Amino acid sequence: MDELIARLPFLLEGALVTVSVSLISAVIAVVLGLITAVAKLSKSRVALGVATVYTTVIRGVPDLLMMLLIFFGGQVLVNDIGAYFGWDYIDIDPFAAGTLTIGFIFGAYLGETFRGAFLAVPVGLLEAGYAYGMSKRQVFARVLVPQMMRHALPGIGNNWLVLMKSTALVAVIGLNEMVYRAGQAGGSTREPFIFYLFVAFMFLAFTTVSIWGLRWAEVRYSLGVRRV
Amino acid sequence: MDFSPIFENYPLYLDGLVTTVKLVGMSLIIGFGLAVPLAVLRTSSNPLVNGPVWAFTYFFRGTPLLVQMFLIYYGLGQLQFMIDLSQRHDFLKDAYWYALLAFTLNTGAYTTEIIRGAIMGTPYGEIEAARACGMSKLQTYRRIILPSAFRRALPAYSNEVIFMLHGSAIASVITIVDLTGAARIVNSRYFTPYEAFISAAVLYLCLTFLIVGGFRRLERHWFAHLRPREETTGRRKVGQAA
Repeated sequence: MDELIARLPFLLEGALVTVSVSLISAVIAVVLGLITAVAKLSKSRVALGVATVYTTVIRGVPDLLMMLLIFFGGQVLVNDIGAYFGWDYIDIDPFAAGTLTIGFIFGAYLGETFRGAFLAVPVGLLEAGYAYGMSKRQVFARVLVPQMMRHALPGIGNNWLVLMKSTALVAVIGLNEMVYRAGQAGGSTREPFIFYLFVAFMFLAFTTVSIWGLRWAEVRYSLGVRRV
Repeated sequence: MDFSPIFENYPLYLDGLVTTVKLVGMSLIIGFGLAVPLAVLRTSSNPLVNGPVWAFTYFFRGTPLLVQMFLIYYGLGQLQFMIDLSQRHDFLKDAYWYALLAFTLNTGAYTTEIIRGAIMGTPYGEIEAARACGMSKLQTYRRIILPSAFRRALPAYSNEVIFMLHGSAIASVITIVDLTGAARIVNSRYFTPYEAFISAAVLYLCLTFLIVGGFRRLERHWFAHLRPREETTGRRKVGQAA
């Protein structure tokens, strides 16, 4: 226990890294998810095909494998390109590889959520927007997305909870976050149990706080809905 | 791209595939066996009964599988009686059993909640009918509640199976040579990240498709009563044209 208290700042610093990996990859995932949903609903066959391949591959391949592919493969790719242009050797850092991979994976899952949510918005609302003289982009930003959020929130919430837990995988490619630091602390003190237990409870705390936040957001976005 | 290292090392990939399938299959079977009684306890209205089960599922669903596995593999290994025990029993030195334990508890927790949701969704009329027929509580569970709950749980459970397959990739972190482990070995030996990982990814995709296809067949079988009747679909066009 003393060992844990002595290393508390070290672990909490790691918790901060975990949170920032989660938030940044969530932003990437939302952007990719919106693009995927729009592509799946578009009339273009090419866009539909690309989006379908993307979501199918992501759903079929483990996240850790994807991360290893992007981390090691991205290293080779960047340096092959670099050799062509005569750059110096570039190191892909685990933070970039980790956030990109997690964002890439959850973009596919969110794409499905957003697609369903877009379809749940009544067409009449969009028509009303056009009738007011809004452009296509304005209708998208002012009517479609805010209305869609209400339907998408439960799905976004579930994905966020899974995403946060996925960030633990970044420890495997060597990012200095909470799980990785617990491993270091456990190795040097020979008491890994207490450190991993602490990390587990930190994740539980993140989950619990997120559930509260999501509940609040659901109430906020359903303000216009009558409750029975 | 040069796939020759992959073809030269195909037994490594095959062994990895077998390890992955065994690990996932065994943890799913044991986890399911664990989940059914836990789900029944979880629906109890007595907080002393449903509380501990709630705590178990909340912990295992709220923390990453990787942390659970580390907690069991490294954490248990630190305890003195486990050190004594593994000196007497050689199999306890194998990381495989620790991964199996972690995966089993994890999938057990998720499956418990899936089955609980399905049990809660049982139409109350069915239970009343069972009571009216004079069935005991045990008989009601065995004949009425559980069969219909399993049917309703099937779509969610198929997702859980796929998540477990994906989650099992982390076994490679604690020295187990599963499919991902095989790819990592080939990558470190030949430094061919694309070929090594993409080959494993293709195998995982195949496994996922097999699982999805298998569950689709099961659903077609179990949801047969929900399909439109044949008279109202194809047959009329052919038989009653006149």
